Amino acid sequence: MGICELSLREMGSAVARRKVSPAELVEAHLSRIRVCDPTLRAYVTVNEAECERLARDRGRQSGGPPGVAAPLNCIPIAVKDNICTKGLRTTCGSRILRNYVPPYDATAVSRLRDRGCLLIGKTNLDEFGMGSSTENSFFGPTRNPWDLERVPGGSSGGSAAAVAAGMAAAALGTDTGGSVRQPAALCGLVGYKPTYGVVSRRGLVAFASSLDQIGVIARTVEDTAAVLEAVSGWDAWDSTSARRGQVRARQTGEVGKSGVLRVGVPWGFFSEGLDPDVSDVTRAVVSKLEKERWAFEEIDLPHAEYSIAAYYLVADAEASSNLARYDGVRYGEREGGTDDLWEMYVRTRTAGLGTEVKRRVMLGTYALSAGYYEAYYLRAQKARTLIKRDYEEVLRRVDLVLMPTSPTAAFRLGEKLHDPLAMYLSDVFTVGVNLAGLPAVSLPSGYSRSGLPIGLQLIGRAFEDQTLLEAARLFEQVVALEARTPAGLKGLLESGRGGA
Amino acid sequence: MSVTRSDVEHAARLCRLEFSPDELETLRGELGRILEYVEKLRELDVTEVEPTLYGLAGSTPLREDVPGEDTLAREDALAGAPDEENGHFKVPGVL
Repeated sequence: MGICELSLREMGSAVARRKVSPAELVEAHLSRIRVCDPTLRAYVTVNEAECERLARDRGRQSGGPPGVAAPLNCIPIAVKDNICTKGLRTTCGSRILRNYVPPYDATAVSRLRDRGCLLIGKTNLDEFGMGSSTENSFFGPTRNPWDLERVPGGSSGGSAAAVAAGMAAAALGTDTGGSVRQPAALCGLVGYKPTYGVVSRRGLVAFASSLDQIGVIARTVEDTAAVLEAVSGWDAWDSTSARRGQVRARQTGEVGKSGVLRVGVPWGFFSEGLDPDVSDVTRAVVSKLEKERWAFEEIDLPHAEYSIAAYYLVADAEASSNLARYDGVRYGEREGGTDDLWEMYVRTRTAGLGTEVKRRVMLGTYALSAGYYEAYYLRAQKARTLIKRDYEEVLRRVDLVLMPTSPTAAFRLGEKLHDPLAMYLSDVFTVGVNLAGLPAVSLPSGYSRSGLPIGLQLIGRAFEDQTLLEAARLFEQVVALEARTPAGLKGLLESGRGGA
Repeated sequence: MSVTRSDVEHAARLCRLEFSPDELETLRGELGRILEYVEKLRELDVTEVEPTLYGLAGSTPLREDVPGEDTLAREDALAGAPDEENGHFKVPGVL
């Protein structure tokens, strides 16, 4: 096993003990990227020169920048390309921002830099985060390292593929309706969506502001916690940032120790029509956890079946308003050739935005327009209240909710691309959490018969991220999933030889 | 819920987007199918239910109405502009 397969924790300690130099660590990742990424296309931009320079500088210093220590010092972290990075282009997977270079760092990014992380590159996504497969990108689709003919999930598919293929130790993604958890599940990784307000949204390019949240994709719960500790916490620059949002990586060991963990499973909601592989993995994991004093009970989420409908109306209405800013005036590409302002707006937006983004902006505008507002948008917000209430009531009785992250393992490229509604329905298990503002984590839980990873998610109470992380760690220990090398990655490394 | 051609054209105008006749027809069908799906929400009795507008309810933080520290320098704010003149964003004539 090479350097690139180590956990973030192991990499950090190898660097701290000088078993690996920062330059070697960076070079191993860049070399992996050179071998694999022409096929996987996880990255929109690789930040090669800056990483090489910083690694050289750090190698000369003893320890790294002042106050910086393992585990994050010199660790190559990938950042989804809808999170602003100063001086490093941030495209959102959109033609309209293909040359956009932000003048500032997102708060989450500056906090990673402060901890000594190296931003190895910006990862591919569905344009502005709108999609579940990373096929809706101006830069083309990303492929799943487990099977190159399949999608990595989305919209943070580039972040998930990068971590799964050893092209980054961990990654930031964003989760508006499952976009961190679902790709993590489809790529065999941990995907953490914090409580709304735990990670600052400053510098996260807005899609649906009441739902958007930056999250973490990593190989282990411990790695996830280390990154989350760095990026979480109150930020004066985000008015929705929470005062009690700081998450600590160190485990207190309290969870599960004092007694049984009570876990609710909404069997009735997800069982019908569930893929048999996902169903088998869910049952197997529940029975393993039951032996370790996890007390399961069936719960009812009576309004969960309305979550997709409510989600797409709320998200698209917010998107139609947020994306009005792409008008060719302050940033992004302008489509010129006209001296009429209206015409400039129309040409700029028509040329600059992709098909799915236009579809959503159109749906959101329609749902907000005179005569339809009450029937659609207002009704969706009321449904949101009911969905949220279901979770609140259930989480008074149980500590956690468990359910599959995605109804299937990774699907084939192109399979749902021309059927928007089918694509939307693949988010059925994830969107409720965003509507309710809750924290949730997808954890590697098993494999399908054809060897594709399957993830289950644990959902916790608002602002009890610490408890959720500790439960996730217990889950990881109990499930003790056998590690496998993604089959597609194996093929790429063998044919590329020389790959680290 | 059937969406008419003129509904789609009206929304496109509001969005400042232009579509070919074929694209308009495709969109009409797609939006129609999506709206038909979300009709599901009509099954819910929401008469006594308050809408949820924000991620999690919290109070809006307020501050004095003065420029904050550490704001963007003018040239940085203009660096990504498609067109500028004399330190301002420049657009085609409005009047």
